[in-house]
Amino acid sequence: MAEAAIALPPKGGFNFDLCKRNAMLEKNGIALPRFRKTGTTIVGLVFKDGVILGADTRATEGEIVCDKNCEKIHYMAPNIYCCGAGTAADTENVTDMVRSQLELHRYATNRESRVVTALTMLKTHLFGYRGQVSAALVLGGVDVTGPHLHTVYPHGSTDTLPFATMGSGSLAAMSVFESRYKEDMDKEEGMEIVSAAICAGIFNDLGSGSNVDLCILTKGKTEYLRNYQKPNPRSYIRSKGYDFARGHTAILSTRITPLKDQVTIIEGDAMEE
Amino acid sequence: MHENIANIENSKRAKKKEHANQSRENRNMAMMMPPRLNPTDSASGPKQHQTWSPYDNNGGTCVAIAGADYCVIAADTRMSTGFSILTRDHSKIFVISETCALASSGFQADISALQKNLDARHQTYQHQHGKQMSCPAMAQLLSNTLYYKRFFPYYAFNVLGGLDDQGKGCVYSYDAVGSYERVGYAAQGSGMQLIMPVLDNQLKSASPLVLPKRETATPLTEAEAVDLVKDTFASAAERDIYTGDGVEIVTINARGIQKQYMELKKD
Repeated sequence: MAEAAIALPPKGGFNFDLCKRNAMLEKNGIALPRFRKTGTTIVGLVFKDGVILGADTRATEGEIVCDKNCEKIHYMAPNIYCCGAGTAADTENVTDMVRSQLELHRYATNRESRVVTALTMLKTHLFGYRGQVSAALVLGGVDVTGPHLHTVYPHGSTDTLPFATMGSGSLAAMSVFESRYKEDMDKEEGMEIVSAAICAGIFNDLGSGSNVDLCILTKGKTEYLRNYQKPNPRSYIRSKGYDFARGHTAILSTRITPLKDQVTIIEGDAMEE
Repeated sequence: MHENIANIENSKRAKKKEHANQSRENRNMAMMMPPRLNPTDSASGPKQHQTWSPYDNNGGTCVAIAGADYCVIAADTRMSTGFSILTRDHSKIFVISETCALASSGFQADISALQKNLDARHQTYQHQHGKQMSCPAMAQLLSNTLYYKRFFPYYAFNVLGGLDDQGKGCVYSYDAVGSYERVGYAAQGSGMQLIMPVLDNQLKSASPLVLPKRETATPLTEAEAVDLVKDTFASAAERDIYTGDGVEIVTINARGIQKQYMELKKD
């Protein structure tokens, strides 16, 4: 019986052989490709009429900023948006995949997508990859059952919360929420607190920076406010600029080869002089 | 693919060699510790997972430019660890004498120990000789001080700037264990990779190997040099997460030492 089980080809489950191989390669001094991590501050909050999502716009690769104004609030459905932190490729692809499935589901059912549907799709996918798909998400939306806000962790666990933060700046942002959040706030107050939370991440977390993006989801209306605040303009611009005068690059040697002497035209006409 | 295989082969060979020499793996600074601190770690035994390092990197960028009769020394004022900012106004520039200033980035605890050490040595020198140390002498002293701790180095990347005996601007650039060189301009620290190519492009000076010996000082005027330094720091603050908050600029010339400060991005 045991022998038969061994002889059978594997039918499913997970194969981590490549993890072993990658560890071996790394040990032998081969640098694995570095990925673009959005060392990030992303937040969400429930207010009187719906949900407000917020994000910073810095993407880093190690200690270098590789995108100063990237978008971290992803579209899922007309009434659902999702902020992503972690590996940029993972957050973009996982949200895009669920976006596609939700759209097909809407065509099939002729109903508005529900936030729990998106949540279940996300957590099922992430749990299947055992945390290898490093996407930490804040999912928010307003559907037929009202406003919803969730966080999704890379391993597939989820939370349902009145206010949520994620990413490397989550502690800085949460300190703002914990001190200033109230139930049943109006939209203006909600936007003020969300942008203050994002700014706390921008200024106190080195992984977060540049501008504030907001997304306000209410019953039947979505406002995406790209670069709602720009608190980090360049501090100095050189008055002289960087124009290079002709002759700036030294000419070390010159050789002119007249092609006319070397080329014989075998078909067609010679070029006009 | 072939390259990868070659790399594996090379590193295997390197490993064997290392083992034969009984040398400890010291590819990065964090691994260079005195044997006392980690008694179980030896080349032959199983490698222990490192949980603690005597070093930290507090980031920051230092730049210095030497002119015909001036020297500009600049450094940002952010001190950070990991993804956190420890303070936004920590000076990395230590003015040692009337003609000499030292800008250092790396591990701030080591840097303040190094500054204290240099200051004490300079004090002794003044008592013995009745004058301040010249900048080239200080450069040699700094090198010796760094090399003295060759096997448990100061985690400090230094740029020393000032005026030499003739009143010309001079800049000395160092590694952590005391290798140094007199240059026309230098950058050190976390933003070095971003700033150095710009300085090379704007101020390229002749190779020190070229004969007859050429002037290392840059042709820029003092105001132009300060303007360039401000712009390179603004640029580095855009892309390097460890550079920002502010830049302190120290200018040394015949009139003495002037300090100025410019705000940088705080994110």
